[in-house]
Amino acid sequence: MKIRNIAIIKLSEAKGYLVSPAAYVFVIIFLVLSGFFTFMVSNFFQAGEASLRSFFWWHPLLYLVLVPAVGMHLWADERRMGTVELLFTMPLTVFETVLGKFAAAWMVVAVALAMTFPMVITVYKLGSPDTGMIVCGYIGSFLVAGTYLAVASFTSSITRSQVVSFIVSVLICLFLFLAGWPPVTGMLVNWAPVQVVNTVANCSVMPHFNNMQRGIIDLRDIMYFASMTTFFLFCTGIVLKNHRMG
Amino acid sequence: MVKIDRLSKYFGAKKAVSELSFSVNVGDVLGFIGPNGAGKSTTMRVITGFIPASTGSVFIGDVNLDENPLAAKSRIGYLPENAPLYSNKSVSEFLHFIASVRGFSGSDRRRRVGEVIERCFLQPVRNQLIDTLSKGYKHRTCFAQAILHDPEILVLDEPTDGLDPNQKREIRRLIREMGEKKAIILSTHILEEVEAVTNKVLLISDGEKVFEGTPEKLKRLSEHAGSIVLSVLDQEKSSVFAVIEKVKGVDKVESLPSAGGVLRVRISHSEKGPEKLSQDIMRAAGKEKWRVSELKVQEGNLEEVFAKLTNSPTRGAA
Repeated sequence: MKIRNIAIIKLSEAKGYLVSPAAYVFVIIFLVLSGFFTFMVSNFFQAGEASLRSFFWWHPLLYLVLVPAVGMHLWADERRMGTVELLFTMPLTVFETVLGKFAAAWMVVAVALAMTFPMVITVYKLGSPDTGMIVCGYIGSFLVAGTYLAVASFTSSITRSQVVSFIVSVLICLFLFLAGWPPVTGMLVNWAPVQVVNTVANCSVMPHFNNMQRGIIDLRDIMYFASMTTFFLFCTGIVLKNHRMG
Repeated sequence: MVKIDRLSKYFGAKKAVSELSFSVNVGDVLGFIGPNGAGKSTTMRVITGFIPASTGSVFIGDVNLDENPLAAKSRIGYLPENAPLYSNKSVSEFLHFIASVRGFSGSDRRRRVGEVIERCFLQPVRNQLIDTLSKGYKHRTCFAQAILHDPEILVLDEPTDGLDPNQKREIRRLIREMGEKKAIILSTHILEEVEAVTNKVLLISDGEKVFEGTPEKLKRLSEHAGSIVLSVLDQEKSSVFAVIEKVKGVDKVESLPSAGGVLRVRISHSEKGPEKLSQDIMRAAGKEKWRVSELKVQEGNLEEVFAKLTNSPTRGAA
């Protein structure tokens, strides 16, 4: 695997995002909705607390719809247009292209997150927030988006249809979001073995993200995000390889 | 340069290509022909490393495609069927991307892109978005990406499909020109292209090889290849037949559709070369003082051979 090749794919994709309305729509909707939920729903000012907790709290929910929308075209489009044939007859490996495309899409999320900087300025104006918590919150949010994006990359590789890709990735992300939630584990607890219930609960994004929101960087949380992202990207590569096996 | 050894490809239980072997060397322009669904595109996809073979092997130079796909792919230029392109990029941007992937950078990359833009006559649209291009320009852009790295091997899947006659001529000229220094495999279902561009033909049907050789050799498989057609003015059929049948070497004389006082006959023979027989016939005609308006040796008809070898009904073979 060559870093140069990943960078070439990433750059080419990133240029694509610059001219595609989808990326702008994602950034704008993310900014508008995160502002709306933080100020109007979570009553940011009434809380009387100089922290971004109420801001980050909404991110996994917003990403649930927005990230699959960004990632749904990744491979579905290549397959629909036939350019996948061009790409895979170049001297590139499947994983170089998977990583390059993923990295470019993740950058779109990074730009959206970076553009929430007025929130940071606001809390610093209002009081003296815990900088560590804010940094950890941003890192956690970025990692959650990465995990969802890897899911979207995977679902995009299994179909030519962007709509199918979107729906399936929303469903998988919703599972990752809700897996540790008591009603979900409660549904399993009566009949499934304890190991299964624990495994399902451990798949959840939320406990790991909550830790980071609190300003705790635990290696286990980082490992969770890294392994989930790697797993889905790996699956993307396998699907793309197998698809060509016929 | 390219060696395909007993290549088979199955899609599930369906056999697309069966035990296909052939080789292409520098200077060869191999015309890969066959009916739709015969396995042409599948074979090309295997050669270019897009899909793996079920059994058999592909050698690009001395590199086994299976063992070292990246090295093999870097020596091939490929124009896929329907010329797929990234519609949200401009022509120049797209070619720069391909050049980067092919390992070029800086001024070298700019030079390469500039060269292919010129070579494929893309200057008027170099900054235009691919989405807004006509089919001809799109096709040439995809052709440009295939030759950008000056590959030793070119694999072209229907390179003139959907082009107008002028563009077809241009592309064929380019292929002929490059064929001198490269090994080229091109698939087509336009038989005139085989004659115009290729110097080797591989005909496949249902995934199996049914002919390999030169276009001339393929033509000679035609039922009437080598027979002589004679047209004479104002003569009785029976007297012409009687004279010609007496000429040594003539097997069979049959009349062809004719009009306006012209009698056209086809003369089949068992001679090795038709030249001597033509002279004998001309001499006989001269002796009879016939007014001969045409005397030619039939070259054979590719369409007829194609139909015969791929088991489809023959149409209009003269």
